[in-house]
Parts: sequence; structure tokens; C-alpha cells
Amino acid sequence: MHYFANPARFTRLAGIIQPWAGALAAILLVVGLYLALVVVPADYQQGDTVRIMFVHVPSAWMAMFCYSFLAVASAIALIWKHPLADLAAKASAPIGAGFTFLALVTGSIWGKPMWGTWWVWDARLTSVLILFFLYLGYMALWQSIEDGQKAAKAAAVLALVGAINVPIIKFSVDWWNTLHQPASVLRMDGPAIHPSMLWPLLIMALAFKAYFVALLMARMRMELNLRRIRALRLAERTS
Amino acid sequence: MKPFLAVIARDLRLAVRQGGATFLALVFFLLTVTLFPLGIGPEPALLARVAPGVLWVAALLAAMLSLDRLFQADFEDGSLEQLTLSGLPLGGIVLAKIVAHWLTTGLPLLLAAPILAVLLNMNSEGFAALLLSMAIGTPALSLIGAIGAALTLTVRRGGVLLSLLVLPLYIPVLIFGVAAIDAAVHGLNAKPHVLLLAALTLAAVPLCPWAAAAAVKLSLE
Amino acid sequence: MDGMGQFFAMGGYAFYVWPAFAIVLVVMALLWFASVRGWRKSEQTLAALRRNRRQRESDEA
Repeated sequence: MHYFANPARFTRLAGIIQPWAGALAAILLVVGLYLALVVVPADYQQGDTVRIMFVHVPSAWMAMFCYSFLAVASAIALIWKHPLADLAAKASAPIGAGFTFLALVTGSIWGKPMWGTWWVWDARLTSVLILFFLYLGYMALWQSIEDGQKAAKAAAVLALVGAINVPIIKFSVDWWNTLHQPASVLRMDGPAIHPSMLWPLLIMALAFKAYFVALLMARMRMELNLRRIRALRLAERTS
Repeated sequence: MKPFLAVIARDLRLAVRQGGATFLALVFFLLTVTLFPLGIGPEPALLARVAPGVLWVAALLAAMLSLDRLFQADFEDGSLEQLTLSGLPLGGIVLAKIVAHWLTTGLPLLLAAPILAVLLNMNSEGFAALLLSMAIGTPALSLIGAIGAALTLTVRRGGVLLSLLVLPLYIPVLIFGVAAIDAAVHGLNAKPHVLLLAALTLAAVPLCPWAAAAAVKLSLE
Repeated sequence: MDGMGQFFAMGGYAFYVWPAFAIVLVVMALLWFASVRGWRKSEQTLAALRRNRRQRESDEA
């Protein structure tokens, strides 16, 4: 892990990974979209709306994945003081917030034909909405503390507190939902997914992952440059 | 233990001398609750139905709004830094200040809640559960809120940011607190909800002061 | 032609299916271009700063 602590080495590596991951994401996305929109048959119950699942479910997975990534990176930054870990955490937050937003919007669009309304306070949608607020708080904290190092540490503490809370929030929202929701509401995805749908779903999920990697590299390089720029400007002012 | 109690006593003395803060939190609580009948209509059955949720939401907001004075004044006049030299670990100081915050905010809210419940026409079966859930839940509000207050210590006009950081973390307390009262009102067993709420508060007791202390330390550097 | 029309109709759910896919692609594209542009810009600023610095150092020497 400390092999990548050298920023110059990381920049070189990122320069190689970024185009490959980007190309992989583009290819997988084209294949996945073709499968999801053309090849997969319409569901006998949900009709063609089931196709929305192929963007909704991977978005929701990415929303969770990005937060886990952010939390792990924050832990590494706090405990081992790895110089790139806080940049990785900062760079992943907007990506995670973007996917969380997409999970909410596509869930809402899917909900309209299925439930008859754009929004239902369903346990899953509600947890994702709260996750969205956690992302916003994390990014706002980074924004509002001027000292870069302090902001990094404060954001890392918040990320870890949030990470401990995510399962608690999830549990409490599920608990709340069972108290208030009649059990007969049509579930968004049945207990078992037909295997013919599993492959396109996995391909879309992989496409999103590759997209995440490519974007993370670009954003980390940007953050690294910004940090160097700040250091140079500071050195000029003091000299 | 002695310096710990000394910090609590000091904060309480300051709160009494400066006054106001507790009173303001109570007025805010009362005012927010008053807005609901005006907003949704005075129909007694409707008010009774929403009373547990309204009381908890209003208490949550009142507790949150008083968080900024948890560390802010002591941080600005340097007494927070002096406290760290007293030999008490920072986590202990933070916990003492949280206790003082609860005594000056959570406890008054808890005592005022039954009166407001009467105004909202809440079913009398719910009163014991209201007091119990508030007694167990409001310490968690002070504990969790301390993290947000500590993180926004160096942020100018951190109030909005504080609410963005803290409110999502308050959601489990709100859910279990309201669920306990709702269960009691409907003649059901409130015990599982109360136990979950207690678990939440107990888990927050060691974790939150520790995280808040880490955040306070950042600002003192 | 009929096949294409059927494809775009999405079994009557075109109003839901297409916007869902569209917004996903639009948001992903926007995030991508914003990030890459930010990175390019930071690269240019950094290069300019370093050039200035080298210039000044050689002037002083």
C-alpha cells in the first residue's frame, strides 16, 4: 500500500489506469445497454419498466460501494496517515453522491408505473435518501474548512461516524417501515432474479465500477494537482 | 472523577449565569409545536395521531439548535485549551460538557414534553412512554450532536452545516423514540422500541465523546 | 420499421424507461467531463506556476 504513497508514482500509474478503465467502462456500458434495452424480454408482470432495474440497481449498489470506499479510505488516512488516502476519499464523494442521486431518480421513475406515485416512503428509497444527505454533509464539510489538512481529518472523522451509522440508520428505517407499511405493497424486485436478467445486471454493474475507477483516477490527479498548486502559491507568498 | 464533575459544575454555573440558552430552547420547542396545529388544523383526533412525531421532531430541532454553544464559547475565549491542561483527558472533558448540555437542554425538554403533549391532545396511555423515550433518547441527541458541534468548531457560520451533519444521524433516535410512544398509545408493547433506543444511547456513550474529542483536537492544533 | 417503433414504445412505458436511461447517461457524462476538465485545468495551472518559478530562479541566478 505504501508503494503508492509516492505521488509521482501514483500519477504515472493513474495515467495508465485511467484510459484503460475508461475504455472498459465505455465498452461494457454499450454491451450492457444493448442487453438491457433490446435483448432482455419484458417482464410478464412489470412489462418493459423492468428495464429500469438495469440502471437503478447498479446505481444503488454504487451508492453503497462509494460510501464504503470513502469510509475505508478515511480510515486509512486517519490511522496510517497515508498521503493519498484522504484525496481518494475526497475524490470518491461526488461520484458516490452522483450515483445516489441516480438511484433516487430512477427509483422514483420506476415507482410511478409500479406504485402509481413518484415517491413512496419505502424502506430502501428512504435509506438511499438519507445516504444522499450523508454525502452532501461530507462534501459540505470539506468545502467549509479552509485548512486542507484539518478539513481532511475532520472529513475523515465524519466519514467514519457516518459509516458506523449507516447500518444503524438502515436497520431503523427498515424497522420503521415494517411498522407503517402494509405488507402487500408490490416489491420492486422479487426475491429471485431470473438468470437471463442476472448477466446484463452484472455487466452494467461492472461498467459502473470501471467508470468509477476511471473517474476516481481523474479526480485524484486533479486533487493532487490542486494540493501542489496550493503549496506552490504558499511558498511564493512566504518567500 | 473530581475534575470531571468540576467541568460539569462549571458549565452549569455558566449556563445559569448567562441564562437564556435553556429558556430559548424551551421557547423554540413550544413555538415549533404550536406551529403544527396552525399548519395542519386543530382537529383533536388528527393532533393526537401526530403528537408523538411532532413532539420528537420539535425536541430534536431544539436540541440541535442549542448545540453550537456546546464548545463554541469555550473555544473562542481559549478556556477549552486551558481545560485540556487540567489533566483530564480530552474525551472526559467532552463527555462532561455533553452531560452539562443534556442537563441544560435535554432535561428541560423532557420535563416540558408532557405539557405540550396535553396541548396536542395526546392519548393518556402514551405519557409514560413519552417520558421514558425522551429520558433515554435525549442523551443520545446531546452525544451525537457533540460530534457535529466539534467538527464545525472552526467553521464560520457553521449552523447550517451543523444541521446537515447532525440531522441524518438523529434519524434512528427519532424512529425508535416515536415508535415507543406510538406503541403505547395503541395499547401495544413499547418495550422493544425502548430497548433499542437504550442500546443506541449506550453505544453512543463511549463512541461519541471519543469521536468528538478527535474533532476538537483538530481545532485546537 | 414496425420493430423499431415497438422498440421505442417500450410496451407503452416509453415515458418512464427512456428518461430513466437518459438521466443516468447524462449525469454520468456530465460528471465525467467536469472531472476531466477540472483535472486538465489543474494541470495547466500547475505547469504555469512551475514555469514562472523556474523563470524567476534563472533570473536571480
